[in-house]
Amino acid sequence: MATVERPRIYEGTRIPSPIPTILRLSDELRDSPDVMQVNFGPNHPSTHGVLRLIVDLAGERVEGIEAVIGYLHTGFEKTMEQKTWWKAITYPARIDYVGFQNDELVFVLAIEKLLELETPQKAVWMRMLLCELNRIHSHLVYLGTAALELGAISMFWYCFRERDLVLDLFELVTGVRMHTRYFQAGGLAEDIPPGFYAECRKFTEWMPKAVDDYESLIDRNEIWLERTQGVGLLSADDAIALGQSGPVLRASGVDWDLRRAEPYLAYDKVDFEVPVLPNGDVYDRYRVRMIEMRESTKIVAQCLDRLEGMEGEPWIADDRKVVLPPRHELHTSMESLIHHFKIVTEGYRVPEGEVYVAIESPRGEKACYVISDGGSRPWRVKFRAPSLVALEATATCMRGALVADLVAIVGSLDSVMGDTDR
Amino acid sequence: MSPQPYSSIKGFGVTFKQIFKKPITQQYPEYKRPVYPRFRGRHRLWTHENGLEKCVGCSLCAAACPADCIRVVAAENTPGNRVSAGERYARIYEINLSRCIFCGYCEIACPFDAITLEAEFEISEYSRDDLIYTKDMLLAEPIKRVPVADRQLYDTPIPAYKAKS
Repeated sequence: MATVERPRIYEGTRIPSPIPTILRLSDELRDSPDVMQVNFGPNHPSTHGVLRLIVDLAGERVEGIEAVIGYLHTGFEKTMEQKTWWKAITYPARIDYVGFQNDELVFVLAIEKLLELETPQKAVWMRMLLCELNRIHSHLVYLGTAALELGAISMFWYCFRERDLVLDLFELVTGVRMHTRYFQAGGLAEDIPPGFYAECRKFTEWMPKAVDDYESLIDRNEIWLERTQGVGLLSADDAIALGQSGPVLRASGVDWDLRRAEPYLAYDKVDFEVPVLPNGDVYDRYRVRMIEMRESTKIVAQCLDRLEGMEGEPWIADDRKVVLPPRHELHTSMESLIHHFKIVTEGYRVPEGEVYVAIESPRGEKACYVISDGGSRPWRVKFRAPSLVALEATATCMRGALVADLVAIVGSLDSVMGDTDR
Repeated sequence: MSPQPYSSIKGFGVTFKQIFKKPITQQYPEYKRPVYPRFRGRHRLWTHENGLEKCVGCSLCAAACPADCIRVVAAENTPGNRVSAGERYARIYEINLSRCIFCGYCEIACPFDAITLEAEFEISEYSRDDLIYTKDMLLAEPIKRVPVADRQLYDTPIPAYKAKS
């Protein structure tokens, strides 16, 4: 087999200026009869939802690209302004429906920052555990679908086998498989069920073996390497200029992870590696996510060690103005019943102010900007969507690419359209 | 990067191994995996042992619902027509399950444990109108039964919201 030398990374920038998110046809090609304009999506199975790309093709080569978004606009940010803080917690999980638990966390952290509420240690560690499980879930969905789009259909079945194990754990703890509303302002909605530790331990022992399986399937597979290596190059300068974060940024050789740079929860107390790879192509983005899955499994195991020693500790803060009173008190204490009615109907009041809270979601920096006017409803909620930012890098990655690479590149940027359009 | 013919074959090893493993496929409509005890499925309204309804029509569930899918119209209990244990009862109680997001806030809100989210999840219908569940439908025993995993093993000793008072 002959080896083809491909350019691995380039110096400087190749952002198509002045508009970095669009690749424009050059002047001599604009009038050429050979250029064909094709709609890729919004109903194409490999667009991860409803992304529409208008692609100008000269033969196999992509000469122009423009993304049309907004097909999944839900208006959740605006709807949340109509709901009390307590009710609004159910919404963020539906924005990024693959990284749901991280979205819920960022909003709850924002409320707690405004309220200056202390969270019990048990809740902190459980939040971390669930967020890392969610990261594994998100990367499994990425790996399964991205490999499926490049023709490796069996990867999809293997990945969704483990994804189901993660979702089973979510069902065990929170009651539903996605969109859990398990994180409440002040801690967790319910205590951790006793059977959870054993089930989760089984999962942490199984997961590294599963990642081994994926690696033997495609890590050094000739077709996979041909399709991914040297494709969709994004240099470190470009990645920073385009505001990338998360696996896309780390695959371009920039060592930036909010879990370590600005530790939230208890990430400064766990031991984990942040993978950084230098090449900035589709293959490195895939590798970063594979390593992150292993590291997340390690964090889950460390959280379990801590949580098992916290039996009987409180899981939610004891603040009667914000947290619903314990269930058994409703039948005995009039005061508790009044608090219960007040929190449910009116909602708790959050002091005036504005906060910006950022966490490392599976897709990068997920952040929540909240303004409170002191009332029982948020005055403004804004989410920084890493999917939208990743999508903005498509045009830069697509320079000189072939139409077959388009699927690989869009897949490797891992946008979730719910997150992009919000 | 040099070609990796043996590594490509290594992938087939994973496929080959599957021959000796049991399939993880579950034959769903015939076999139903037990849901965990905390599972939030279709709602259920409860009655006391003496036949009186637990719901007193306070509309707290409707106030708690983020999707605004519950409608409660209350009426007074009279000596001749005693429906619930309290002063009032829910004359109309409707849940629009096509809007419901199964967050379970209604069962958290209910101070009388009158409404809970049970295990049933097969609630597809051919028409949207059929997804509006009336009080009689919510009070009745579910037609389809879903197995539930061991409560002792998978739920906290005093289930926070499922305690039947």
